[in-house]
Amino acid sequence: MSAAALSPRSLDAAVAALAADPNLVPIAGCTDLMVVDPLRRLAMERVLDLTRIPELAGIREVEGAVEIGAATTFRAIGDSPLLRSLFPALAEAARVVGGWQIQNRATLGGNVANASPAGDSLPVLLALDAALVLAGPAGTRTLAYGEFHRGYRKTALAPGEIVARVRLPRPAPGTVQAFRKVGTREAQSISKVVVALAARVEGGGIADLRLAAGSVAPVPVRLRAAEEAAAGRPLGTETAERVAAAAAGEVAPIDDVRSTADYRRFALGRVVRRMLLDIGAAGAAGGAA
Amino acid sequence: MSVTVRAVLNGEERALSGHPMARLLDVLRESLDLTGTKEGCGEGECGACTVLLDGEPVLSCLVPLLQCDGRRIETVEGLAAAPRARAFLDRFVAAGGVQCGACTPGIIVTAWALLEREARPDVEAVRDALAGNLCRCTGYEGILRALAADAGADETEEAAR
Amino acid sequence: MRTDTLPSEVRSGPGPIGTSPPRPDGLAKVTGAAVFADDLVLPGLWFGATLRSPHAHARIAALRFDPAQAPAGTVAVTARDLPGPNGVQLIDDEWPVLADGVVRHVGEAVALVAAPTRTAARQALAAFSVEYEPLTAVLTMADAAAADAPPLATVEIAYGDVEAALAAADVVVEGTYRTGHQEHIYIECQAMTAWEEDGVLVAAGSMQCPYYVHKSLVHALGLPADGVRVRATVVGGGFGGKEDYPSLIALHAALLARAAGRPVRLAYDRHEDIVATTKRHPAEVRHRTGLHRDGTLTAVDVEVLLDGGAYRTLSPVVLSRAALHAGGPYRCPHVRVRGRVLATHTAPNGAFRGFGAPQTQFAMERQMDRAARALGLDPFTIRARNVAGPGDELPTGQVLDESAGGRLCLEEVERRTGFTARWRALEREREVRFGVGAEGRIPARGVGLSLYFHGAGFTGNGERRMRSPVAARLLADGRIEVLTAMTDMGQGCAAVFPQIAAAAAGVAAEDLVFAEPDTAEVPDSGPTVASRTTMIIGGAIASAAGELRRRVDAWLAARGETPGAFREAAARYVAAGEPAEVVVRHEPPEEQQFDDERYQGAAYPTFSWGADVAEVEVDPDTYAVHPVRVTAVCEVGRAIHPRLCAGQVEGGTLQAVGWALLEEVKLTEGRYLNDRLATYIIPTVRDTPRIDVHLLECPWAGGPFGAKGMGELPMDGGAPAVAQAVENATGLEIDELPITPERLYETDRAGRRVRG
Repeated sequence: MSAAALSPRSLDAAVAALAADPNLVPIAGCTDLMVVDPLRRLAMERVLDLTRIPELAGIREVEGAVEIGAATTFRAIGDSPLLRSLFPALAEAARVVGGWQIQNRATLGGNVANASPAGDSLPVLLALDAALVLAGPAGTRTLAYGEFHRGYRKTALAPGEIVARVRLPRPAPGTVQAFRKVGTREAQSISKVVVALAARVEGGGIADLRLAAGSVAPVPVRLRAAEEAAAGRPLGTETAERVAAAAAGEVAPIDDVRSTADYRRFALGRVVRRMLLDIGAAGAAGGAA
Repeated sequence: MSVTVRAVLNGEERALSGHPMARLLDVLRESLDLTGTKEGCGEGECGACTVLLDGEPVLSCLVPLLQCDGRRIETVEGLAAAPRARAFLDRFVAAGGVQCGACTPGIIVTAWALLEREARPDVEAVRDALAGNLCRCTGYEGILRALAADAGADETEEAAR
Repeated sequence: MRTDTLPSEVRSGPGPIGTSPPRPDGLAKVTGAAVFADDLVLPGLWFGATLRSPHAHARIAALRFDPAQAPAGTVAVTARDLPGPNGVQLIDDEWPVLADGVVRHVGEAVALVAAPTRTAARQALAAFSVEYEPLTAVLTMADAAAADAPPLATVEIAYGDVEAALAAADVVVEGTYRTGHQEHIYIECQAMTAWEEDGVLVAAGSMQCPYYVHKSLVHALGLPADGVRVRATVVGGGFGGKEDYPSLIALHAALLARAAGRPVRLAYDRHEDIVATTKRHPAEVRHRTGLHRDGTLTAVDVEVLLDGGAYRTLSPVVLSRAALHAGGPYRCPHVRVRGRVLATHTAPNGAFRGFGAPQTQFAMERQMDRAARALGLDPFTIRARNVAGPGDELPTGQVLDESAGGRLCLEEVERRTGFTARWRALEREREVRFGVGAEGRIPARGVGLSLYFHGAGFTGNGERRMRSPVAARLLADGRIEVLTAMTDMGQGCAAVFPQIAAAAAGVAAEDLVFAEPDTAEVPDSGPTVASRTTMIIGGAIASAAGELRRRVDAWLAARGETPGAFREAAARYVAAGEPAEVVVRHEPPEEQQFDDERYQGAAYPTFSWGADVAEVEVDPDTYAVHPVRVTAVCEVGRAIHPRLCAGQVEGGTLQAVGWALLEEVKLTEGRYLNDRLATYIIPTVRDTPRIDVHLLECPWAGGPFGAKGMGELPMDGGAPAVAQAVENATGLEIDELPITPERLYETDRAGRRVRG
């Protein structure tokens, strides 16, 4: 097949093109894709630009949720008054994916589809019970984000399927959120550990804790043991320590160029502990955040 | 394989041709001899290749030619040629914001975009805006002096008393 | 917020000295008009690529190039094609231009190709097939020490009787300190273009030393001196990384240009630049220090071990400077320094701002802190009791001149920051305990102090050997043209030289013109290194410009005319056929001699001095160290251009802070793991402390208007101040750089706390 550089103007056209040619490389922000050896980049002769498709753009409220188009940039996410108020953890993550220039190009859908274990927004999506709207030759389907990652950089995307939208259910009243990225420096860095939290504070205790982390496993993970450890427990130092220990115990991070397994486990525990202490302090001050 | 896109480059309508995945940086530097935009890393880490795409700072080493169709592109050459740029550029030099000059075009472009949005940014706003522009020579002090409204008056004259 | 960052104690005059006019090359740089090495547009230009070894140590059993597999017209070059000695001429020529039969480090250049485009050149590399037979590799200094191979260089300084003094000391303190590689990360990567023009080989590109490149082309290509022409384009940062390496890349470009019969450019991307080029020497420095109970030094015994990489290159001089700064800016009656550079199968290490002194001064400052704790002294007091000053003797027997401003820096930084009281308070209040179960204060604060000095100019007899010439001449239009080979890599000689010439000749900036650093035009005024540019070459410029002014004035006087507008008179002077050219050579004072064998005498023409106070915050959850502020007080003789002088301190201090906290090179099998900007971490603007610079001036009689060299000075102070601040904040013992969160965490886990 000859080379092709396609810029469809509708989701249907994009899906049709992908169905006809499974070798087409879908491109969006390109902030990861373009960081390759020049020979490999120039060998990409069949590409499909997703950034001109209206259905993939925009942030809108739907019944009980907010949907973010997959081609929405992190800059738009961080600037959105709606997202900042409903999903502060996501807005915060958007501001640390990289410097201004990266934020202007990198997309939420790209972060998801790229499936790096270090993706900064991914633990937030897990903690917020996100769902993905996927579009493919067989039509549109919705998938719980927790089922999307199947292994290191392997996803549940079927051939010819793309991420069309990310749906975030409106948080229940009384939900608090937290986000922390521990990077190699203060800005423009890849994470050593990245953590997101969402929880309801009810009657002096944590209800429904959702804790997720990146860079501590081959995929972004929910910290289930840590969540269990919080169930039915009152806010306070003891619970914070318990949850932190459970979190550190349930991950198997690695040594790599950025950090060590030991440090990652330690930092994860400390970050989780601090998040819970902060919720406790806010709770003690009267009312959930 | 080659595509031709139409873009407005530094105020002028141009047809740009090349491989769809050619880096905008290479199109500027090699096809158009616009060598003001620099390559510092080729991996999107240093900001030396910053240009404005529809008024937003982006890294031209990460933008494929294909995605430039119908867009407005501004490089350091275009921005610096604007009559209202001269005072800004002179102030930047006077404050010690330039040493070797390799990071400078990228910084100028990002700073320009910031100042279009906020005429008198404070130090924190400047640090946020420039977090993606690396400088190895100045320690960033001269750059912050040049751009931040709360950096204080230039005391060069006082010191030269 | 930053109103007090401009140096406030500098004097101004005569003329533009001590003022900060906009740098003349500034406008070209901010508009993107300045022409860097890869911006040069040349008709018919081809591009080169380099085949590099994937092995740390291996025999090349076979090396084949199959033209059929490469784009049409590709030329290939291997060691077989070298017309002369296979060596880059620096101190000696044992650094191969291309590997010949054996490779000794990952990334060593094995072969070259040139093709019409960059992409084609990259593709052409695949047309090589190489059979390597891996050999045992010596990968670390520990391996090298154990292997007992002959060192690349050795040095010994002996002053007094250190063993006896240690035996008699009230207290003896021991310590071992380690620092790792540092990569320059000049924002402009190495790039060079070569071509033949009217029978002359021309090389143009990014470099600090046009005549070093010239010498190496002459040597390896067997060309006559006037058959080679080298010129520097605008240099996008150097920091020493473009002192030695450009000679090698220029040879590669030249070989390709001659093979292709057309201009060829080699322009590295960041990854190749990190893999292939020189870095700061890793160091292990061992101290035994004897002190009196009151904290005065009686014996300093130092062993310095440097990792030179696979080839000697500049290691002997790096070791020399390391050794000469190993005792720090202190008086001590008994000093012994023994140093060795060991070879490992890694890329050769080379010049990097400070050139060995940051490594040994980091160690000495940490050792002073350890000694202070052992004696119950604070960091200021132990330094105040030992700082060397005018009239004191250094371990080479050099007596410090009247411009030695170390104590002034120390007292000024104390005055400006209230360091001692704050340090004591934080020591007392330090409740931070890290680890599970501890609450910690968020964040933990600490302050640290360092005192440092740096020899300005070439070590030992270097300046005497070079007797660097500067030329000046009157042009027909009456302007003075100054000709030197110095390159502006950002540090600002483009501004400082015109100021010096204008002041010395009593003329305006418009009456001056400075020739490009082009070996066809300018004399060999030596390399742009060693903090010598303003002091040594600026001094010669002052003499040369002043001499031309005197001649014109004398000619006018002889004609009974009073001096009016200089340019008009000078034009008539030239038209009258009067002697309009002068060459001034730098001559060190007769009494400044150095014995290379015994390491006795004037190690440096003079020294600049500094004292830093660093403030940090340490996050008890992540052990990340955030540098909040560094106050740097530097005594520089005379600040010719205060803004640019302070700019050197600002930039050098951040480079030192980056070395202290962020910049780490890890290796596996001799291959750098941190080989891209995503993994070799330098500070962004969000990582930088506020840097407050205060310049002090103790004019040096031997420098132009009193100026002393200071470009490297700030590199010596930042790291030990930050290390002490981290100790103050955490109580953890810091003896190794970088102070990464991982290393701090391990130190805490191992229970390594400061004593006292």
